[in-house]
Amino acid sequence: MPTRGDAIAVPAGGALARARVSRLGDRAWAAALVAFGGAVLVIAGLILLELGRESLPAWQRLGVLRLLTSTDWDPVQDKFGALPFIYGTLVTSAIAIAVALPVSVGLALFLSEMGPKRLRAPVAFSIEVLAAIPSVVFGLWGLFVMVPWIRDTLQPLLQKTLGFLPLFQGPRIGLGYLAAGLILAVMILPTISSVTNEVLKTVPLSLKEGALALGATRWEAIRMAVLPYARPGIFGAALLGLGRALGETMAVTMVIGNSPEIHASLFAPGYSLPAVIANEFAEATGAVHLGALAALGMVLFGLTLMLNALARLLVRAVAHGPGRAVA
Amino acid sequence: MTSLRRRRAVNGFWTAACGLGVLAAVLPLASLLWLVVSRGASGLSWSFFVNLPTPVGEPGGGVGNAIAGTALLVGIASLVALPVGVGAGVFLAEKGDGRLGELVRFTSEVLSGVPSIVVGIVAYGLAVVPMRRFSAIAGGLALALLMVPTLARTTEEFVRLVPGSLREASLALGVPRWKTSVRVVLRTALGGIVTAVLLAVSRAAGETAPLLFTSLNNQYWNLRPDQPTASLTVQIFNYAISPYEDWHQKAWTAALVLLMLVGGLNLLARRLARNRMMEGTR
Repeated sequence: MPTRGDAIAVPAGGALARARVSRLGDRAWAAALVAFGGAVLVIAGLILLELGRESLPAWQRLGVLRLLTSTDWDPVQDKFGALPFIYGTLVTSAIAIAVALPVSVGLALFLSEMGPKRLRAPVAFSIEVLAAIPSVVFGLWGLFVMVPWIRDTLQPLLQKTLGFLPLFQGPRIGLGYLAAGLILAVMILPTISSVTNEVLKTVPLSLKEGALALGATRWEAIRMAVLPYARPGIFGAALLGLGRALGETMAVTMVIGNSPEIHASLFAPGYSLPAVIANEFAEATGAVHLGALAALGMVLFGLTLMLNALARLLVRAVAHGPGRAVA
Repeated sequence: MTSLRRRRAVNGFWTAACGLGVLAAVLPLASLLWLVVSRGASGLSWSFFVNLPTPVGEPGGGVGNAIAGTALLVGIASLVALPVGVGAGVFLAEKGDGRLGELVRFTSEVLSGVPSIVVGIVAYGLAVVPMRRFSAIAGGLALALLMVPTLARTTEEFVRLVPGSLREASLALGVPRWKTSVRVVLRTALGGIVTAVLLAVSRAAGETAPLLFTSLNNQYWNLRPDQPTASLTVQIFNYAISPYEDWHQKAWTAALVLLMLVGGLNLLARRLARNRMMEGTR
């Protein structure tokens, strides 16, 4: 084949130039991609740096301990104690996880193992819809539907049956820790159930089939083969949900009652870290007030960062872990 | 045999429990959608889409400026976030197997869990403080910072769906790598990338918290990027927490408009994604 050999053997000047251009193009393209990837790291650094810079006046003036452990928040008198907000954030997130985790795991099991096949697609679709609803709309619904329901139905019921517990005492307002916790539960449901579902999918089929072949019922196979394998991943999913609950702002701001106090009762109005930032940041005057709010943002950032990192590592460990010991 | 019956009963119990979980998730959703539609629909009219807000009790007010404001904010955010986010996603898919790739992937995963209000504080420091005023630029910057990590991750997923054989065929023909990336891989993944973009835009349009102290609000029309701007979400918030029945009604109607916007974008994204998948299997 002489013609073909000729074409390869005699590179014209044009081809060489083209090769050089394409090498240059390759290098430029690679550099551009690395730059875009690096931009993500720059954003992370920027967030950290900016939070540090803005909150500096507060850390300097008040000190970490006073800011985070005193309970008196009165910007007019220059008093900045964030404990009521931290308490509110922790209590509402705890309620949210306590409610949402069992529901989400049930939901994920329904979607992957237990549910009738015909129902799975519509249920999965509704969970996706739930995940797409903006948080201010959840807040609107919480304010005008859930809060009245808590005030007129749930609270009287709980007070009649368990009213001797300080947890359920107090006037019937509706706004408060429980309202915020319940709305958070609804909001983090899609996160936890979809990650749990992903984790369940990574469980080797042979484990479940082995259990079923030994005569286990479907539930027994899930309890003895599937859940133990998936447990770290489900824990990770719960942490992801917790991270969302800690930082969720609008819905909580609208239903928690916005009162900077600490109450034992779940029906009492409280406050949360994101809510106080949302309510006061735009009108904050003075470097210390602004700084204190930014410092709370930094606490929130640190908390969610740790939770998210831990959660991702756990979920990955399950997904990548065929050789992992089944504990 | 009784033991078997007991085991079956336990199995049935837990199956029912899972069903209950489904109910617990679907009921609030149904209630929410029903109320937004039923209470919001009564306030829908042409004037609601085009008029400025009116004081309490004065009829005929709308959220026209807030809709325009949301469009402006999301537009500014997209201008910054789309190239960076999509670029980062392509980086992860094409060159993301090294240590830098792992780091970038992990960082964007972790960043997508950062509360949006925290990002608002950052945008405040970066844009509001130097400009000495609340502005659409500040709000857009906040939304952009939120969009980049999620955009990077979804873009990566879609670009990775492109079969390796396509890339190899192109390289085997002597096409340079960058041209293969742009003309073959990205072109094939275009539908998926558009899906990722639509999802990011719909999420940004629904954000409220980071706008409260960056773009603030505005009672009037504004299309200038350096001025405070109304947005649909902040308007819903303000109407909802007001003590007036008239404004509550407007909050529901505005929520319906927001849900239609977000839902429309999501449905469009899903359609595109489905087409994409089918093409991949063909």
